Formats: sequence, C-alpha cells, structure tokens
Amino acid sequence: MIAKDAILSNGGANETFVLNLGPQHPATHGVLRVKMTMDGEYIVRAEPVCGYIHRMQEKMGENRTYAQFLPNTSRIDYLSAMTYTHGFVGAVERALKLQVPPRAEYIRVITSEMNRISSHLVWWGAFLLDLGGFTPLLYAFDDREKILDLLESITGSRLTYSYFRIGGVYNDVDDQFLKGTRAFVAQMRPRLKMYRSLVTDNIILRKRLIDIGPISKEMCRKYGATGPVIRGSGVPYDVRRVEPYSAYSEFDFVIPTREETDSMARYLVRMEEMVQSLRIIEQALDKLPAGPVMAEKVPRVLKLPAGDYCYATEAARGRFAVRIVSDGKEIPYRVKLRTPSLSNLSLFEEASAGMLLPDALALMGSLDLVIPDIDR
Amino acid sequence: MSTNEPQPKVDSAPPASPPAVPAPTAVVPPKPVAATAPRPAAPAQPPPPPAPPAPNPLAHLPLPFKGVDYAAKGYHADATVSPDLVVAVAEVLDKEGLSLDTITGVDWMAEGQMEVVYDYFHPAKALRVVVRTRIPRDNPEIASIHKVFPGANWHERETHDFFGIRFLGHPNLTPFLLPEDSDFHPLRKDYAP
Repeated sequence: MIAKDAILSNGGANETFVLNLGPQHPATHGVLRVKMTMDGEYIVRAEPVCGYIHRMQEKMGENRTYAQFLPNTSRIDYLSAMTYTHGFVGAVERALKLQVPPRAEYIRVITSEMNRISSHLVWWGAFLLDLGGFTPLLYAFDDREKILDLLESITGSRLTYSYFRIGGVYNDVDDQFLKGTRAFVAQMRPRLKMYRSLVTDNIILRKRLIDIGPISKEMCRKYGATGPVIRGSGVPYDVRRVEPYSAYSEFDFVIPTREETDSMARYLVRMEEMVQSLRIIEQALDKLPAGPVMAEKVPRVLKLPAGDYCYATEAARGRFAVRIVSDGKEIPYRVKLRTPSLSNLSLFEEASAGMLLPDALALMGSLDLVIPDIDR
Repeated sequence: MSTNEPQPKVDSAPPASPPAVPAPTAVVPPKPVAATAPRPAAPAQPPPPPAPPAPNPLAHLPLPFKGVDYAAKGYHADATVSPDLVVAVAEVLDKEGLSLDTITGVDWMAEGQMEVVYDYFHPAKALRVVVRTRIPRDNPEIASIHKVFPGANWHERETHDFFGIRFLGHPNLTPFLLPEDSDFHPLRKDYAP
C-alpha cells in the first residue's frame, strides 16, 4: 500500500483528472455513476452519484392503499423481491396483529431462501463478469433458471413476485413444487462444490480479491453496512438471527462470517450463505406444516391503528426495514424504506480512496449493488 | 401497550391527504366495511396487554428512552428529544456500539411540524432504537450528525431532498436522489407536482 499513502498524503500535489464511470457502464450493474478523481491509475476520490432510476417509491406509498402498494415492494430490489415484500406485509401484519398461519410462514421461508440463492447466483455471475471471467455467468444462470421456473410455477412471476400477501401467501404450494424444490436442493449442492473448484480456488480470482478493498468492522458500523458486507468483516449480524422474524427461529443454520474483511471474504460469505439457504429450505420442506396459507379474517379494508410500525428482514444484500406511519386511514401517512444497498455503497468513497481502479471495481462488485435498491 | 404519545391524530385535517395525486380509484367502495369488523378482532387475543411496560434496554443512559413492546412496534426503545440534542444522542449511542440504520422525516402539516426520525440498530444484539425530534415546519433546520456517523451523509441528503429539512453543518447538502437542479420536496404534504 505504498501507492495509497503516496496518493493520499501529498495533499493533491500531483496532477489529477476526473474519470466518469457510468451511468451506463457494465461494471456498475445498472445506472450508477461514479465520479472518480484519478491520479494516474489510482483513485484519489470516488464519489457515487445516485438517483438515475429514482422512482419515488415512498411517495407512491402515500397515495395508494396498503394492498395497492404491495406490488411496488417487489420492484425495489428486483433480485430479492420476496424479502422486500416480506418486510412490507410484516409491518402491516404487525400493526393489525394478524396471526399468519405456520404453513404460510414456512412457505415464506422456503421461497425467500430460494430467492436469496437466485440473487446470489446473479451476483456471482455478474461479479465474475466484472473481473473478466465470462463462463461462470452461464453456469449461474443455468442454476438460477431452475429456481425461477419453480417460483414461477407457484407465483406466476419470475422476478417481481408479489407472492406474499397481508396475512399469508397468495396460494398454496403444490406437490410438484415441493418435489421440484427437493430435487433442486439435491442438485445444487454438488454444483456449489463444482463452483468452488471451477472458480473459488482459481489463482487469478484469488489474486484479484485477496487483500483487496478491506472494510473494517468499525467502518461497517459507522456507515450502517449490513448483509454479507458486515459479515465479511467478522460481525455475525443477520436479521434472521438477531431479530428472528417469520419462522426463522425454528431452523438450524449458521451465520457465515469471515475475519479477513477483504473482497474475498465477502465472496466466501455469500458462497457459504447459499449452502446455508439450502439447509434452511431442506428443513422447512421436512417440517412443512399442514393448514391454511392465509390468516382468517383479514379485513378487506385495511386501516392500521394510528402509530408507527417497523419490520426488518434480511434481504440478500442485508437489512431491509420498513417504517409505516399510519394516521388511522386506509392510505399510509408515510412509508419509509430502508434499503441495504444504499448504506453498503455509502462507504465506497472512504473504502476506495487510494485504490487502483480495477481493484476498486472488484470492491464495488463485492458489495453486490442493485441500483434500484439505492434509488428507490 | 406503550404507544409513543407524540403520535398525533391528524384525523381532523382532511387536506393532509396528498392533494396532487388523482386518488387511485378511491380504494374499494366502502360497502364491505359494514360487513367486516373494522379491526381484525383477534379471537385468541395473543397477549396484547403486557402488564408492565416493556423494559427499557437503555435505562442506564441519561436519555429519555422508553421501552417499547417489540412485537407490537418493531423496535425496542424510543425517545423524543429536543432538536438541539440529536448530535449528543448520536454520540452516546455511538459509544454504546450502535449503528445508524436510517434517517427520515415525517411531515405533520396539520401541526406545522416536521418530525425527524433517527433509527439505530445494534450490530451484535437485538436492539433497535428510535430517536425522534420535531422542528418547525416553516423553518426546518437541524444539526447534521455526519461527524458522528459518516453514514448519515446520504440519509440526510435524501431527507433534505424529500422534505426540505436543512441539516446544518452538512458537507454537501445537494440533491441526492432527485435531479441535480431540483428545488421541490415531494414528500411534503402540500407538494403539488
């Protein structure tokens, strides 16, 4: 890190230039722009510029009913739609004190974890694409396709599911889905092993990631980073464990963490999370209770008692939290969406200072950004 | 039920609903209201009245925190402080090892106030903390906490975008999600596009 110190300590005496990355750049995975002040190949300052696909989801929350806002929640982080819908329906259920039937909670867990795996697979393929490896993307999308087919069979949708409803889920799972999911779990385990020998152990990948972009525990805390970013810095923070929601307290799974804090640590955490998600899915399939999938007596007109209600879920990128402020009417007074990608990206400026440009892109990829999740 | 008392009812203020938006199909016609009970009327009554108020996990701090029933609200402690204390509170919570979750606003137009809400979470244990404050709506200014939590930088910019709340001492209070030349604040209840 000689270069880093030299870059940052000479008070900007060197000649610099501004490099504009994005908003249309493959490495930014959507319309993110990063204004980079460069000293040669080294970054002096990289300032993310957000808002290119801002849709004002929170305003939309204030002009439609709770049920009408539900489809929006699938479109914030389009790769992790289940957990986002879960956060919103969870907040409404909390306010109405609705008891969600156990079968619905189990189905929510199964579909959320499938969604997490498919999200991590997209990250995996796209991240390696950033680093110059094209082939893994094809493997990842091959496996992801199986998840999407299964989820499509019960939700009718491949990406923006809106499958969770206030009080339960849209419809029950059928035998075909259960059988298909079991087959998928059995199939995915050897695939993850193969990913390891195919990619993770690859010396080129390791040299691109090890010791690149360290993010300390303290930096994660100061910026509110969550998800695989904070777990890659050695903090076992996972909403599923810390504030157990739905049926997560009934399953046996570990929260993978790494102490190295570098980009490889975040990579390995996500790879291990897929293994743990498979474990959760398998346990949920084994214990899936019978019964209804919708709470009884969900009022047709939803009016939340005045007050504010929060609900947090562990999305694929970290902590997603909803705050609903109700004034007792049918339309929310305020819907605040706290998204993980925003906090995770906010540390990029500090973390990337003094890095080589290609290393900074490896760091950015390891944050697993979804831009609509930042811009909302 | 330890509801937070500062939660005002704005029922008496009909213009509180967003005027600009063409009321999307005005919800379902109110017929079924009579058929169903207005409340879910939980038959089994879980245990809503936890006889003692929820314990205050931050009782050791010299701050007006109150314990909140997590199951009912989704957070563990809640404090309403005066606007000039938010930085000091942030410093105390920083020392407690909490992390900044988010910052946002709520426009209480009927009362002429803006509420600024700071959410904190603890990265190691189940502890969610809400800190609220109210500032006058016609001059919404409050100190920035970015020196305590650098992550506040973006949250404050976003809150400035949406509500026009000015965070004093903020290094770069420019539009964050809105266009760079925007001068409107869409989450103010009197916003008309």
